[in-house]
Amino acid sequence: MQSIVVENIIKTYRTKKTAVDALKGISFSVDKGEIFGIIGPDGAGKTSLFRILTTLLLADSGKAFVDGFDVVKDYTAIRNRVGYMPGKFSLYQDLSVQENLSFFATIFNTTIEKNYDLIKDIYIQIEPFKDRRAGQLSGGMKQKLALCCALIHKPSVLFLDEPTTGVDAVSRKEFWEMLHRLKLQGITILVSTPYMDEAGLCDKVALIQKGKILSVNSPEGIAADFTKPLWAVRAVEMFPLMKAIKQDPMVESCYPFGQFHHVVFKSAENAKEKLEQIQKNGKYTQFEAHAIKPNIEDCFMALMQE
Amino acid sequence: MVQNNKVITAKELTKKFGAFTAVDKISFEVEKGEIFGFLGANGAGKTTAMRMLCGLSLPSSGEATVAGYDVYKENELIKKNIGYMSQKFSLYEDLTIKENIRFYAGIYGLSDEKIKEKTELLVKELHLEGEEKTLVRALPLGWKQKLAFSIAIVHDPAIVFLDEPTGGVDPITRREFWTLIYEAAERGITIFVTTHYMDEAEYCNRVSIMVDGRIDALDSPANLMKTYSAGSMDEVFLQLARKASRSE
Repeated sequence: MQSIVVENIIKTYRTKKTAVDALKGISFSVDKGEIFGIIGPDGAGKTSLFRILTTLLLADSGKAFVDGFDVVKDYTAIRNRVGYMPGKFSLYQDLSVQENLSFFATIFNTTIEKNYDLIKDIYIQIEPFKDRRAGQLSGGMKQKLALCCALIHKPSVLFLDEPTTGVDAVSRKEFWEMLHRLKLQGITILVSTPYMDEAGLCDKVALIQKGKILSVNSPEGIAADFTKPLWAVRAVEMFPLMKAIKQDPMVESCYPFGQFHHVVFKSAENAKEKLEQIQKNGKYTQFEAHAIKPNIEDCFMALMQE
Repeated sequence: MVQNNKVITAKELTKKFGAFTAVDKISFEVEKGEIFGFLGANGAGKTTAMRMLCGLSLPSSGEATVAGYDVYKENELIKKNIGYMSQKFSLYEDLTIKENIRFYAGIYGLSDEKIKEKTELLVKELHLEGEEKTLVRALPLGWKQKLAFSIAIVHDPAIVFLDEPTGGVDPITRREFWTLIYEAAERGITIFVTTHYMDEAEYCNRVSIMVDGRIDALDSPANLMKTYSAGSMDEVFLQLARKASRSE
């Protein structure tokens, strides 16, 4: 069964002088119980898409359904059954942690006790501060409270717009562990992120850039679509090495990736010989090269250039 | 001015807020032209430490000089001799590219002649010819960040502080941004950078990792990976940051 269906959604923001095409015909679907990642940089259209699916914004054209309900006609039904955590902290800053949670439970005609099981793991981490005003919480705690509030009515679909932006590597890992526990409860999760390395934690991802989807697939499927030869190369002289590699007509692209340069060749032949030649023509110490499998960032950059 | 090529010297630098020690006796030095990565989990004390080094907050104890100036007595001189850029605040959206350059260069006291020269150079370097009169608001995020960086060093400071400069930027632009960083470092400008992208930590000459207000590790990425038997800086960071006892 499909929890989310999006068919050719178009959204343009117009002012007197300019028009910004935020979404240029987006289509994809999300199966029930899946963690589906919308991955792309700022300005890709992620938030517009989330606002359309949570019935807070109307698309110019196209159709979208959540749990089988139309986002335009059945918006009240959708609002009752989805949870939404916007990118910007949107709880009541002057209410306490507990007051915020009771408020959201009451609005959805339920109580904290009734669905406590669902939020218990997360709530116990902020419980010591339950009387503190939400505005006084640290970033990580605000994020946990917002997640609790989005879950308190036991939604069937959870929308998380950039929940890990600006969050350090440790807290990001913990947050994803929480999402995987929620998935076990059968909740469908649509989550957006600018961090490409989080793609591997999703069942399926859509790579999005400038209002267009570049690819929709499982993380493994996206990597499998990358067919050109890819090599990781390094030497002590990283900068001259990159210059030399980029000059070779056989090379499609060369970008730094941590301690290595990732080199994409135009065709499969002679990549190894090419690199040996480049090594011979320059003065490099501790030169090292090996063929590698692409990660999501390699794939994203290749798709951006197509 | 800068002595022995040390652009930052910090000795047991400490900042307390009441009973809470945000920065706990950190000691380190940064050399001229170095790319220095300043890492730590949220709440580890990075921002407080950076505010002291930028002359915006007085330390509770310890010593530090930045660009050769004392953080207690010469904080106004520090502000004049450093550059600063963050993801959150960079440029004025309702001014044009040229107006932004003029504004910041003017604030830093550059002469009209120098401003004209710098504007031409900067526009050329960033390939923005013909776009001088475009409002910054109309630029894509990646371009804004590249422009903001160039403007942050328009007065040729001894050191530039970059607070998460590449957050939310697409992967290609992120790498172009790092090319600008390398070029600035080659010109002798010291780079002090915070980031949540661990691959970027590997581009730094040396990296420090703050845990609970202390600097728990400081070395080149290669040496850190060796010390912690880790395959990447991500693993090094996780090993250290997981030891943290205080949450934000």
